[in-house]
Amino acid sequence: MAEIQSYTMNFGPQHPAAHGVLRLVLEIEGETIQKADPHVGLLHRGTEKLVESKPYNQSIGYMDRLDYVSMMCNEHGYVMAIEKLLGVEVPTRAQYIRVMFDEITRILNHLMWLGAHGLDIGAMTMFLYCFREREDLMDCYEAVSGTRMHATYYRPGGVYRDLPETMPKYAESKFRGKKELDRMNTAREGSMLDFIEDFTVRFPACVDEYETLLTDNRIWKQRTVNIAVVSPERAMQLGFTGPMLRGSGVEWDLRKKQPYEVYDLMDFDIPVGVNGDCYDRYLVRVEEMRQSNRIIKQCIDWLRVNPGPVIAEDHKITPPTRVEMKDDMESLIHHFKLFTEGYCVPEGEAYAAIEHPKGEFGVYIISDGANKPYRVKIRAAGFAHLSAMSEMVEGHMLADVVAVIGTQDIVFGEVDR
Amino acid sequence: MINPYETLATRIEARFGDQVERVASTCRELTFEVDKDDLIKVATGLRNEADFGFEMLIDVCGVDYLDYGSDEWVTNSATGTGFSRGVERPSVVLDEADEFEPRRFAVVYHLLSVQNNLRLRLRVFTGTANPPVVRSVVDIWNGANWFEREAFDMFGILFDGHPDLRRVLTDYGFIGHPFRKDFPIMGNVEVSYDADEGRVVYKPVSIEPRTLVPRVIRDDNRYSADLKDGADNG
Repeated sequence: MAEIQSYTMNFGPQHPAAHGVLRLVLEIEGETIQKADPHVGLLHRGTEKLVESKPYNQSIGYMDRLDYVSMMCNEHGYVMAIEKLLGVEVPTRAQYIRVMFDEITRILNHLMWLGAHGLDIGAMTMFLYCFREREDLMDCYEAVSGTRMHATYYRPGGVYRDLPETMPKYAESKFRGKKELDRMNTAREGSMLDFIEDFTVRFPACVDEYETLLTDNRIWKQRTVNIAVVSPERAMQLGFTGPMLRGSGVEWDLRKKQPYEVYDLMDFDIPVGVNGDCYDRYLVRVEEMRQSNRIIKQCIDWLRVNPGPVIAEDHKITPPTRVEMKDDMESLIHHFKLFTEGYCVPEGEAYAAIEHPKGEFGVYIISDGANKPYRVKIRAAGFAHLSAMSEMVEGHMLADVVAVIGTQDIVFGEVDR
Repeated sequence: MINPYETLATRIEARFGDQVERVASTCRELTFEVDKDDLIKVATGLRNEADFGFEMLIDVCGVDYLDYGSDEWVTNSATGTGFSRGVERPSVVLDEADEFEPRRFAVVYHLLSVQNNLRLRLRVFTGTANPPVVRSVVDIWNGANWFEREAFDMFGILFDGHPDLRRVLTDYGFIGHPFRKDFPIMGNVEVSYDADEGRVVYKPVSIEPRTLVPRVIRDDNRYSADLKDGADNG
């Protein structure tokens, strides 16, 4: 019988551990991976081309749909690039709201990652635990923007509206009694800030719970320690950013190094890994959730005592209020111009980068002075990470591929764009 | 306080001289235009020399400057005729010409120095050749691999020396380069399942192109040229 040396195996695109639509062509010898060739683009929608065909503000919604588990962070990168070109000042209150929601989004993203990563390598409970907390944060999204996911809340010049004074409450149904209903609604009696504050008090205990399940878990460690080790030099050479870079021991966080909005006023720490393996990246992300929680608390304290405008008053860029429009001709004209034609952005180019939960999310806009961008390039962190897939899985076992996909925190909305 | 970007700009100009040309910026970002023949020399220097230390390539971005500065709606006389969505579309240019305008395609590199905490942008125009070609920087920054594949896929820019220049985002067997300005936004073909033939078939696209908001460029004296910060007052 002929001896088979190595063979090719197809993984995905409809594999539950592929985190969406990843197709991997694996060259395997026995159970050992020799080479992995990721085929991406199954979710390619041409976002960058679509953005070119629309006025600036109409594309904010497309940003939500890039990395669809960290929606507001994508919007943030896009509106920051526009603001850079326009030279518009964002009110301080809006900056705090943005920072708060960026961090809420970071927790949302990391919870999704932890749940899915856990589920992929055998910790079913994680998924259920993480989604329990995600639900509360999704409710914050809903309270502030009306939608649970695709918020379109950030606008060039600020955020669309101020934080609401009430939280939506659970309604009565035949599945829950009065007592249960009251318990679920206790935290929702006050304003949205009260609700988030209640969450920040509860959340550290939840993270402890996740850590109890995983951090010292023998199976978890067997699946992640020494898997896909990336040296700091290689990580930089390959263009890694975010937790992938920090997991390898490079202390690089845009929130500290190139602070935007009010991050320079926040007190938080940057967790850094030592060995650059999947386990270290896990520890980094878990610690980031705790740090995000700290930042949210600081924002809540500031936002409680500092009312003010949340969007710039320049009505060439931001719409006037409905009340102003009723009896002011100029406001009416501004409103009409803004929603029919949009605003023209001065000629030039700008690159705005934010510390997205997955790494550096950058938006590069070239404007030729029109009301639509001339070219938009979205720099998605996951794209660079996925390109290093082959290097990371080489020499590992087939089952470790799933651990590597998990540790890269891949979401295809942003990889394929 | 001395702006670190001005220091960097002076250093780069001193080190590379004629090989680089600074581009004025409106938002305090440093951009240099590099001739495509000098790209590898400049990139290697920027990566390896301690003065610069750009050890990370953040992004590679293809740009097609075909329609740059053109609008679809002449605004000066339009108030007399009313608002119209009837946009005259330019006829589709087929890229079968032997030569392009020399400043049609560009590749833009975004560099990041972790040790010095600096960013830098390089722009390389591909010149007149069809298909456009530039040297690959994969050997200098390994992370460029997929970014260059993407620029090839979307713009048809070839990267000389790339180890594996395949399409990355479009479908298997895709024809054309979708992000070129002469590629229609709704594409050229649509796919559907043909029950008679029992397979998926490609047909010419059937949807009508339409413009909801025309592209306009307005003179705005708030953004006039003398307000821009150039090489001397950045």
